[in-house]
Amino acid sequence: MRLPCPHCGERDFSEFRYGGDASKQRPAHNSGAGIKEWHDYYFLFDNPKGPHVEYWQHVLGCRRWFKLSRNTATNEVGEIK
Amino acid sequence: MTRKTLNHKRNFFANPLRKSLPGTDQFASVAPVSKHYSALALARHALSPDLPWPRAWRSPEPKRSYDVVIVGGGGHGLATAYYLAKNHGIRNVAVIERSYIGSGNVGRNTTLIRSNYMIGGNTAFFEHSLKLWEGLSHDLNFNCMVSQRGQIVLAVNPVQLDVFARRGNTMRLNGIDAELLDRGEVMKLLPYLDYSDEARWPIYGAIMQPRAGTVRHDAVAWGYARAADAYGIDIIENCEVNGFVMEGGKVTGVETSRGRISGGKVAIAVAGHTSHVAKMAGLRLPVESHILQAFVTEPVKPIVDHVVSWGAELFYLSQSDKGGLVFGGHIDGFNTYTQRGQFARIQTVAECAVSLMPFISRLRLLRHWGGIQDMTPDGSPFICRTPIRNLYLNGGWCYQGFKATPASGWTYAHTIAHDEEHELNRCFSLDRFEKGLELDEFGLGNWTYKQ
Amino acid sequence: MTSFRRLPTAGHVDLATPVNFTFDGKNYRGFAGDTLASALLANDVTLVGRSFKYHRPRGFMSAGVEEANGLFTLGTGARTEPNIPGTMVDLVEGLTARSQNAWPSVAFDVMAVNQLAAPLFQSGFYYKTFMGPTKGSWMFFEPFIRKAAGLGEATRDFDPDRYETRYDFCDVLVIGSGASGLAAALAAGKSGARVVLVEQDTALGGGLLSEPGLAGWRADRLAELKRLTNVKALTHTTAQGLYDDNQVVLVERRDHLKPAPEKGQSRQVLTMLQTKAIVFATGAIERPMVFSNNDRPGVMLASALRSYLNRFGVVPDQRAVIATNNDTAYATAFDLAAAGVTVFVADHRQTVSADLLAEAARLKVIVYADTGVADVGGRGRLHQVVLTGAHAATISCDVLGVSGGWSPAVHITSHNGIKPIYDERIAAFVPGGFAKTHFGAGAVMGTFGVKAAIGDGSAAGAKAAAVAGFTAEAAALPAPSVEDRAYAIQPVWMPPLTGKGKAFVDLQNDVTAKDIKNAHQEGYQSVEHLKRYTTLGMGTDQGKTSNINALAAMAGLRDVPLTQAGTTTFRPPYTGLALGAIAGRTIKKHFRPTRLSPLNDWHQANGATFIEAGLWMRAWYYDWAGKSPAEAYVREMEVVRRGVGISDVSTLGKIDVQGPDAAEFLNRVYVNGFAKLPIGKARYGVMLNDDGIVLDDGTTTRLSETQFYLTTTTAQAGEVMSWLEYLLQMHWPELKVHVTSLTDEWGGMAISGPKSREALELAFPGVDVSNTGLPYMGCKEIEFQGAPVRLLRLSFSGELAYEVHLPADYSIALWEHFMQTGAQLGIKPYGLEALASLRIEKGHVAGLELDHRNTLNDLGLGKMAAANKDFVGKQLLMREDVQSPDRWSLVGLELLEPAKSLRGGAILFAADDEIKGHGRGYITSVTWSTELKKTIALALYKGGLKHVGEEIVCAFPLKNELTRARIVSPHFIDPKGERLNA
Repeated sequence: MRLPCPHCGERDFSEFRYGGDASKQRPAHNSGAGIKEWHDYYFLFDNPKGPHVEYWQHVLGCRRWFKLSRNTATNEVGEIK
Repeated sequence: MTRKTLNHKRNFFANPLRKSLPGTDQFASVAPVSKHYSALALARHALSPDLPWPRAWRSPEPKRSYDVVIVGGGGHGLATAYYLAKNHGIRNVAVIERSYIGSGNVGRNTTLIRSNYMIGGNTAFFEHSLKLWEGLSHDLNFNCMVSQRGQIVLAVNPVQLDVFARRGNTMRLNGIDAELLDRGEVMKLLPYLDYSDEARWPIYGAIMQPRAGTVRHDAVAWGYARAADAYGIDIIENCEVNGFVMEGGKVTGVETSRGRISGGKVAIAVAGHTSHVAKMAGLRLPVESHILQAFVTEPVKPIVDHVVSWGAELFYLSQSDKGGLVFGGHIDGFNTYTQRGQFARIQTVAECAVSLMPFISRLRLLRHWGGIQDMTPDGSPFICRTPIRNLYLNGGWCYQGFKATPASGWTYAHTIAHDEEHELNRCFSLDRFEKGLELDEFGLGNWTYKQ
Repeated sequence: MTSFRRLPTAGHVDLATPVNFTFDGKNYRGFAGDTLASALLANDVTLVGRSFKYHRPRGFMSAGVEEANGLFTLGTGARTEPNIPGTMVDLVEGLTARSQNAWPSVAFDVMAVNQLAAPLFQSGFYYKTFMGPTKGSWMFFEPFIRKAAGLGEATRDFDPDRYETRYDFCDVLVIGSGASGLAAALAAGKSGARVVLVEQDTALGGGLLSEPGLAGWRADRLAELKRLTNVKALTHTTAQGLYDDNQVVLVERRDHLKPAPEKGQSRQVLTMLQTKAIVFATGAIERPMVFSNNDRPGVMLASALRSYLNRFGVVPDQRAVIATNNDTAYATAFDLAAAGVTVFVADHRQTVSADLLAEAARLKVIVYADTGVADVGGRGRLHQVVLTGAHAATISCDVLGVSGGWSPAVHITSHNGIKPIYDERIAAFVPGGFAKTHFGAGAVMGTFGVKAAIGDGSAAGAKAAAVAGFTAEAAALPAPSVEDRAYAIQPVWMPPLTGKGKAFVDLQNDVTAKDIKNAHQEGYQSVEHLKRYTTLGMGTDQGKTSNINALAAMAGLRDVPLTQAGTTTFRPPYTGLALGAIAGRTIKKHFRPTRLSPLNDWHQANGATFIEAGLWMRAWYYDWAGKSPAEAYVREMEVVRRGVGISDVSTLGKIDVQGPDAAEFLNRVYVNGFAKLPIGKARYGVMLNDDGIVLDDGTTTRLSETQFYLTTTTAQAGEVMSWLEYLLQMHWPELKVHVTSLTDEWGGMAISGPKSREALELAFPGVDVSNTGLPYMGCKEIEFQGAPVRLLRLSFSGELAYEVHLPADYSIALWEHFMQTGAQLGIKPYGLEALASLRIEKGHVAGLELDHRNTLNDLGLGKMAAANKDFVGKQLLMREDVQSPDRWSLVGLELLEPAKSLRGGAILFAADDEIKGHGRGYITSVTWSTELKKTIALALYKGGLKHVGEEIVCAFPLKNELTRARIVSPHFIDPKGERLNA
């Protein structure tokens, strides 16, 4: 599987580290969000069988983090979000 | 001898097949056919080669309603059905499987069983499972080839041995077998490992659970299916659940590719597809579906007599009774339902194999495959009620689904039958993350993809 | 009686170059160009092994990768390799081969007695027994089953050979070099695309190698290919697997060069090839037929006979029977007849085409239509075939060539999940579809005629080049001088089995037609159940000649068309792939990188013993202090507590944090306040994960308004770096902050002990390191030999101490400077063991306590959490159970029984608890306290410091120990911090 680093271009997935579901909205700093909101953000997942937006870091390259759309049913890589 | 007499003699073996069942009388008119498996029955069939063995389980048309509908015909779903009947007398049960039974993770794992868990909650549960494994072939009248050959977990530095010691001590204090081995003892048991100066990490010692081992995974699915079927439970294959029927805030059935099936209670047991199915009920879960790859070499004469696990990286290997070396490592590390692994992970696992046991270098990998592993943030599962009445959840098994099969089915059946968790599975609740009651067995932190 | 002999004209074999080899200890001679199989057959060796379960005598049944019977153990000693098909082995001088699964010899195998008990050993028999009388009875029977399983025996020696791993790129990959593959490679190559053509066989050409009429055409194409410098053609190279995004794993076997490669030569080379387009020209594999005793030596695939004849010059001695259900086998019949063999054809079909009959008549080949095989006779070699049908007769013969049809080799086309589909037209499975960049050509698509295959290949090659961005020529290849015959197959899946012998479907795993019938009867009817129950297709041949026959048999039993019977999922590798080839050079010491501190050479030269700490090698203790770690660390500790010691802390994570918002950033990330940290001051900080659990701790120093120097633990350095980058890039892009890792760029050393200030004064005269000049948690930036040095007054040991950080390359020079200038103070180096012990005495938490489960409160750091600001993890830190007073928290322990020990991993109980269950806590770290002159430990205990003064029990059942200890404060020394502030 090859992932498109926005800085370096396409590379094998083994150069990257996964960061999980990127579709979730992290409560902003100082937002006053409580335990329930943080719990739902951190611990719950859509985990779709289909299009998925996720975090990756080009950890063995430029160390850029990015959000990528990928289809979890086919591993077909989509676009940087 | 009449059949009645034969049956009476078999009471001693507590054969569930004694009970008379609809749909199995097709062979009644054929002179002694063996529903019961035994060496004697094998001999009888050897002498009369045209004598048919009965079907291991029926293929009935689904009824319109059941007391319990179990979604998922894998190891856990089938075990649950069996224990519902055996322990709770609940037999009006359907197991609904979208493909053929055992097509999921029960048929894809590396077959290891062990009960070396130290976090409270996990300890008793997995030991209960191991105890059930020990009697399973007998209970099911199906040889599951429970081979308690021992698991040895190798420590690569002295600090790691201390960390292992905590686990081993906890096991022993809970009545579970564990032993600490020094390097010399490991060398005697596993002479084929790399003990030379060329090894990247030395082997300092190990912790061993002698009662751990392997089980023939397909046999577990088939054995539970046959035994559940013998209780009259309907196993419906090639039937996919695509929705839940809800009335007044509770679940009353499922919609399937073969029509609506009502159920007084509905229980989910679909492993990698847990989120997918739970979503149909509007539930969002602490689960991510990842791929775990597994590997087998060509069959060779016996070399590895134990289950060997490594402390340097996640890597575990055993030799199946067919002769192939079966092994695996870490999940690839990202969500996927494809059941296809990446080659970079295969390289990692091969590197571990060849570095740990160099003799394997010339042996040829015959097959690699993947399963969809339902990962949770703390690496521990769910066996619980859900916020929706009459809907139950069993999932999030990470790496330990297979070894948990009997206890999972046993406690899940209790939970369903009583609408309340058993003491053994109370800790596996959906709301434990809200409360802060994580069961982080390996101390990896709350990340699904690091477990 | 002879079954096979060598012709004086030997196809592609070089009769002028003899090659000597041994089989089962006996010497034989073959020739260059032979495979082990062709050489053995030429020497009339028909019996080469015994089958897995029934130990039936077996001989070669094919000439290719699909070989199920002829498996050998090659080589000796550490180079022993079991289960190698002789059909794929280049014959080289000195090759040693042994048969498998037979004792004492292949000819007389004691285990053949299994056959008598055969009815007991039907597929799946072991599920029905071995369950009693006791629960552990399987453990009694298992060793016997295990010994009988497996075919060959592996060596236990270390593999002496080397394997290379390569990464390569191309525009078009063509898999297979038969007619269609060559055409595709030429079409793509002529367009200018970079082409890689791979062929698993020992020479290019595929089926063309067995077509004498096409030898010229083949030679011309190979010459053309050679002239194209942008085309790389590799033989002995198997495309093992197709992975996502057009990554293909190729494995080139070089062990044909000699049985023992020279030093530095690789035995096999694995290439991970990244391509833009793929042409699958993988051909097709002939199917055997199912009838009684169809596994006897001498029963072979018809096309294999043709291959042995035309490619290797090996021919049946006198008489051959060919059984077929399609036209292709007639090529074998005619070629054998032309070579002087008496040939009979048993054609299952009712009518045979007129031109075939005419050619047969011309060559005196006798054709029986509407006739099949019922049985064969012979054990070590074939001597007769029993025909049934329109012409029932017994025919004496040397070989029986069977053609049940052809199965396209679709395997690699479906590795990405696209299942093959059944094509009624050719009674076989073809690829079920292709991705946009994939193309199929020739026999794999069901195109069996050569001319058509060439056209296919050219078209596919051109399309593949186009997808990669290259325009192919329109010009077609010259046509070969053969006419394509029809296929005209009438499949014979499971004929009525009239013979008395076993009819095999999977030869290698001894799975019979009866086994399939039984499986069906018992309900194991889906493809996967059938395979798993019978073990069909699970041998080293991976079911290449059994899958389809089995599927068809089950479809027949279930009375469903083959389109509905399901199909197997093909997975990599295509053939067995040595694990060494996958691991490559990443083994032994190169298994994982070894990280060395910049001070490593000094430690090496000065008596350090090293220990692994993750990937790092760290100085564990020095021999000035003692011979064993237990002895040395105590002396090293004493030097630190009484004088001054120097220790290497270079492995700590170090991160430069810069920008106008750097302070705000750190303030968000740490639980305690950093926004107002004065310039020139350091502060101990703890950071949490979003879930409120401790992620890491470290000391961060403010160098300026906008620059901070952050340290992390050794183990978490990478994690923390990625975490900070994640927060900044993904969630707080509005913060103007840059983080840069300095972990490898900077080194660090700790100077610790009551004399440490003096040591600094001696090392840096002129720098004010007085208590006011450099106060506790202060920082001074100075220089050494022109390099910047950060002098931090930090203490891990609890003594007056400093950490000195500077660019890695200068570390040794500065260390030596300290050793020299501090000599008069008796300065000595101390290692990791002492470092750890000192911090335990001080009560500092470290890796063993920071185990991703423990919270701030657990570690006694709860008060650090600032109330007046938001920080990462603040909310989930407030979760009910995370705050629960019932949790265990950090305490110290003193050993009360001096003759015994405390051990890490011991489980703790209150004095009057029953010693069972999970206890109340556990010991994390243990050391001898040079101050208190007793063994002490850090531990986690329920209720924590509420129990100070209480006596508890430490249980270590793994060593049968129960030890008494007392709970004390974890800060064993200097609880008021007087030494730190001196």
